[in-house]
Amino acid sequence: MTQPLIKATNLVRTYAVRRGLFGKITPVRAVDGVSLSVMPGETLGIVGESGSGKSTLGRMLLGIDPAQGGSVSFEGSAMPRLGTAEWRALRARMQLVYQDPLAALDKRLPISVQIGEPLEIHRLLPKNERRARVEELMAAVGLRRDQAERFPHELSGGQRQRAVIARALASRPDLLVCDEPVAALDVSIQAQVVNMLRDLQESQRIAMVFISHDLKVVRNVADRVAVMYLGHIVEEASSDVIFASPRHPYTKALASSVPVPGKKLEGRLILQGEPPNPADRPSGCPFHPRCPIAADICRTARPALQTVAPQRNVACHMVTPHTVAIAA
Amino acid sequence: MRPNLVELRGLTVAFDGTPVLHGIDLDVAPGEALGLVGESGCGKSVTWLAALGLLPGKATVTGSVKVVGREMLGRPRPVLEGIRGGRIAMIFQDPSSSLNPVLKVGRQIVEALRLHRGLVGQAAKAEAIRLLDLVGIPDASRRFDIFPHEFSGGQSQRVMIAMALAGQPDLLIADEPTTALDATIQAQILDLLAALRAETGMATVFISHDLGAVSQVCERVCVMYSGRIVEAGPIDTLFEAPRHPYTRGLFDAIPRLDGPRARLIPIPGTVPNPKDMPSGCAFSPRCARSSDACNESVPALVAQAEGRSLACRNPVPGQPVKPTRQKLLEAVL
Repeated sequence: MTQPLIKATNLVRTYAVRRGLFGKITPVRAVDGVSLSVMPGETLGIVGESGSGKSTLGRMLLGIDPAQGGSVSFEGSAMPRLGTAEWRALRARMQLVYQDPLAALDKRLPISVQIGEPLEIHRLLPKNERRARVEELMAAVGLRRDQAERFPHELSGGQRQRAVIARALASRPDLLVCDEPVAALDVSIQAQVVNMLRDLQESQRIAMVFISHDLKVVRNVADRVAVMYLGHIVEEASSDVIFASPRHPYTKALASSVPVPGKKLEGRLILQGEPPNPADRPSGCPFHPRCPIAADICRTARPALQTVAPQRNVACHMVTPHTVAIAA
Repeated sequence: MRPNLVELRGLTVAFDGTPVLHGIDLDVAPGEALGLVGESGCGKSVTWLAALGLLPGKATVTGSVKVVGREMLGRPRPVLEGIRGGRIAMIFQDPSSSLNPVLKVGRQIVEALRLHRGLVGQAAKAEAIRLLDLVGIPDASRRFDIFPHEFSGGQSQRVMIAMALAGQPDLLIADEPTTALDATIQAQILDLLAALRAETGMATVFISHDLGAVSQVCERVCVMYSGRIVEAGPIDTLFEAPRHPYTRGLFDAIPRLDGPRARLIPIPGTVPNPKDMPSGCAFSPRCARSSDACNESVPALVAQAEGRSLACRNPVPGQPVKPTRQKLLEAVL
């Protein structure tokens, strides 16, 4: 078996948050003991609501946000410390794409210069070859050659995101972390960018961590999906089965809450209440206050993520390999 | 039949001389739930901001907006204010920017109650608590005295809905009310909007880019593209067999949660710039079915069978007669 490209073990990230102007500082566990791995060329989708820690997790995988507990390894060796020369060299092999392309691009530089910047920073190509590589990258993401000298404000939202993706691909990365890359785009443009990401991923065998709140997009892009709730992974399975037959009650509610065109409101599972404040985390299972099937044990003990079926992990006291067998 | 609540006729809007809305004709019947869908810049929000006189001064608005038979356009502010809020209320995408951060939530609702219904003192407070309770704020009497920042996004949107209901409006216009909310909270708010409509009998106009959300709360839907309505009709008819190539394209572009991981079918190109509109049909440069005639003039919105209207020269063929109906026909013959 090949080794994972990137592997995270028991990651913990805590932010210190001051509540109120003179309030005392309370620790907020944004990511609380997350383990995952991504194989070369594989796409892992991470879904969850705001505050679930999915963006923090993405940043931790790249070493941008230092882990306070646990570790990340890239191709089997430990992630170098943030800011060191080794880390910088490694960053050429792992890139990040954010939601807002306008904020990620420099307003005062034409996009062709920005797309070529990683080549310069990582000294990847001699100067005379850079131009050809930039043209090749622009063609790969579907930008026209005459758009090379445009400034970010002269492009549409979809075109800007294409430029950001071209820049991320410039150093031929092995891993791309995309944090809500299509959330700000209209449906018709979103489909263009999603298709483009899938094509690039297939043709260049880039591994991808695709973070999004949009279940439909994740279903389409990812091979495997991890569902996060309040800093934990609550369910992990292949994207073919996780939304079609969710096991964790939270995944069930999430899948049921996706509005499908032409389908009425009736028969949907609507959760009561809201996700708890991460600074005021409930005891036991973080989902129990909203869970329709919570029992006494859920209020006291936190369920561990365990394998309930092949390729399928669930963190729920009510879902065990045993109960699954009965249900099936 | 009761007269229409709102009648828009030939409504146009131009910003600094650039037309962005090219003549909207639209009726809202009492108690009806109407959806307006389209992508950013199609004019779905501008239509209602213009109708309510909420656009900035640089906007030129022409046409006619009648609310229960009374013309709204060009009326002085006091007249408009009597109609807005009292008969029509509007909620927006970002609830936290619509609430005053330095006033307690209860006081803001009481203010609306005083303005629209003349309630003061304990009566106003009791009514405000009833409204907060109605929109599903837990422990409403205690939370009457807290500030907006202490509410989450979903709860702020509930507070905005409570405030909109303060004037007992005949029409609630909801502009992307669930876009900024998480999936499970979005489902709660859609559920709330549907329940409130059933309870109060008010009409709802639901503006959204999300075809899925629209189909959950609306009976009729208008699809807009580049400042025009391109297709309209009852939600079941339109969603079962979209006939305008743009509507069809929107459906094809949405990834599915079930079924195989098929490639998406995007609409090629981008929305035209309002300053540089194509001649003829605005969608023709992106349309697979366009012909030479499409580039010559703009197709009019024409009424079709089953309450549908359509603005297209080469529409997607309607679905073949359903098997059940065919069987019935055979039985009759």
